[in-house]
Amino acid sequence: MSMRQRTRKASVVLGAAALVVGMAACSSDGGGGGDGDTVEITFLSQNGEPGATAAQELVDAFNAANEDVVVTLEVQPGGTEGDNLMKTKLATGEMADVFHYNSGSLLQALNPDQNLVDLSDQEWADSLVEDMRTVVSTDNGFYGAPWGTTQAGAIMYNKPIYEELGLEVPTDWASFMANNQAILDSGIAAPIIQTYGDTWTSQLFVLGDFANVAAQDPDWAQEYTAHNRFYVDEPALQGFANQQEAHEAGYFNEDFASALYDDGVRMLATGEGAHYPILTSAIGAVRQNYADNIEDVGVFALPAQDAADTRLTVWLPNAMYIPNTTEGDELEAAKRFIAFALSEEGCRIQTDTLGPSGPFATDACTLPDDAPPTLTEVQAYFDAGQTGPALEFLSPIKGPNLEQLTVEVGSGIRPAADAAALYDQDVEKQAQQLGLEGW
Amino acid sequence: MTTLVANRPSADDAVEPRKRRPIKSSYPTWFYIPAGVFYLVLFAVPTFASLYFSLTRWTLFEAEFIGLDNFVQFFSEPMLLRGFTNTFIFGFLTSASKVVLGLLLGVFLTSQLAARGYLRSVVFFPVLVSTIGVGITFKMLMDPFDGVINEALALVGITGPGWLTDPSLALFSIALVDVWKGVGIATLIYIAGIAAIPQEYYEAARVDGANAWHRFWRITVPLVRPATTTVVLLSLIGGLRAFDLIWAMTRGGPGFTSDVIGSVIYKQYQAGFFGLSTAGNVVLFVVVTAIVVPISIWFNRREVER
Repeated sequence: MSMRQRTRKASVVLGAAALVVGMAACSSDGGGGGDGDTVEITFLSQNGEPGATAAQELVDAFNAANEDVVVTLEVQPGGTEGDNLMKTKLATGEMADVFHYNSGSLLQALNPDQNLVDLSDQEWADSLVEDMRTVVSTDNGFYGAPWGTTQAGAIMYNKPIYEELGLEVPTDWASFMANNQAILDSGIAAPIIQTYGDTWTSQLFVLGDFANVAAQDPDWAQEYTAHNRFYVDEPALQGFANQQEAHEAGYFNEDFASALYDDGVRMLATGEGAHYPILTSAIGAVRQNYADNIEDVGVFALPAQDAADTRLTVWLPNAMYIPNTTEGDELEAAKRFIAFALSEEGCRIQTDTLGPSGPFATDACTLPDDAPPTLTEVQAYFDAGQTGPALEFLSPIKGPNLEQLTVEVGSGIRPAADAAALYDQDVEKQAQQLGLEGW
Repeated sequence: MTTLVANRPSADDAVEPRKRRPIKSSYPTWFYIPAGVFYLVLFAVPTFASLYFSLTRWTLFEAEFIGLDNFVQFFSEPMLLRGFTNTFIFGFLTSASKVVLGLLLGVFLTSQLAARGYLRSVVFFPVLVSTIGVGITFKMLMDPFDGVINEALALVGITGPGWLTDPSLALFSIALVDVWKGVGIATLIYIAGIAAIPQEYYEAARVDGANAWHRFWRITVPLVRPATTTVVLLSLIGGLRAFDLIWAMTRGGPGFTSDVIGSVIYKQYQAGFFGLSTAGNVVLFVVVTAIVVPISIWFNRREVER
């Protein structure tokens, strides 16, 4: 009996020990092993195309060029689900050695000063354009290398429809609505494509209007962060109001409530719909699935009420970061991997696979000469100085419920002013969570 | 663990003759320590920690004590409040439907009919399928334009509604799917309850001239009360904390029209409002307890009074 008890005790101890060892094994996974010659590091990116393929190509190219480092790719979901995973991984010290994530306000929410490695001593650091540099920095450090190009949040449109009806690219809201009416009357296509099956796509009327807001009130973003400007007041309310007006005029495709982003891209490319307020990265999806129609798609800035205020709202690319749990040989390898992403080979992958949706945010890479019309049209706004960054790159505040609210406005569930007021309330939580002054 | 449970009755039997003494555990105290440690670490500590964190603004990295602000926020923001009221609508609606349908199906499937065993398994089958799988499948079926349901309706000349995209319908469409998926359990419990009613009552009633309606209303319904209690409690608890089906089908949309407490909590957590999200969990815990405990006591007391 006592013998039996003793063995039982021993097995309990062994069991507990096995648990602990198991946990230790798990955590060393994240840190990357590396005995002697080769260093193993992990690179975390998001699923979804073409990003995942481009990440895999980057990893393969780097591994082929470097014998002493082996990079493994991990992918996870993007969007709000991804935000959640990022924060959890950083908080528990389980983050990959290099990771790819948004710049601007979402980066700020990761608490970069506390969690990330400063990269200002890297050679490529000086090649970033000024706007890009700001959105991967805090007051105390510089943390990221851009991966991909800038993109615009604008109206992408089907050129053959414009040619058939003899329409001109509008620069003020009234002429845009007149074009919509002409398309509706002709009956050849839905004037405006909306795809609320993927809720994020509903935000473009508001987010893509921000450069116009900033053109009318240059201090808006700064004052917004200080809690002195609100969405319930003009000029910012206009984005919500535009969406309501477009819904009430009956300009949306009939399946707007259930259609998905991919459906929207199809409608745009094949001419089932005329205008799609969306990010210009959609040109990548057009290129992948409707390559024959790529010349049919163009882009113009979301029109302001007054043509003089119309600007193109620009999103800066996501970037690659190193968490401060990466140390020693792994840290060196991680820095080399990031530098490789901005090398000639890295730029080639960004151009060929990721597909540009606007100019690059670093001098290290340049656009190809045979770019589709969308790119040259975006470039034209840059050349004319008619662009402005999106709000999320100027203020750390972005409420989590905007996409639900814009779905409600666009579906006629809630009036614009009401949604704007709720959004002002929504961002309060975010500002308090970030510990900003004056909230 | 299983052997422990299995051994227990025989150990109790052995103690039976010395019943008058204060109950003495048949196992040494240290035997309870492993389970106790797991209970403490995985259940008790998180429960009390969540009570504390619900009173803070929490970033996972640091927590700032803000008193009851999270709860004030939870009840003052219309978007959060909407989820709160929807939870009650969803919980009571699905629970009531499962009781009624479960009882009717139970009566039907205990009667003498051909292929009874097959029909029973058909009713129970949806319970075995993964909720997320059911949600995604029905999302396809209920698509307003190329979903099978509306295409079938179109064949007979009816224009089907946007089951999941019409703000006034979305919550009810999900409730419908939840009932379809969950009614099998209710039916199973009712079948067991009905089978336990002695046939003599029915025979006596028949001799006295009672028709089928009387036999159902005067004998079956009162005597399956224990089954009803179980079905109500299980489906109400399930309905109040519903999340997976709703998330798979609408993510609370369109807008906030099919949000429930569960999806609201999840969204707050996704947004990084960990304190607020924890407060939501505490609210959910209190609400479920406050509804289910009185109902449970009421049902049980009625049972004793009989």
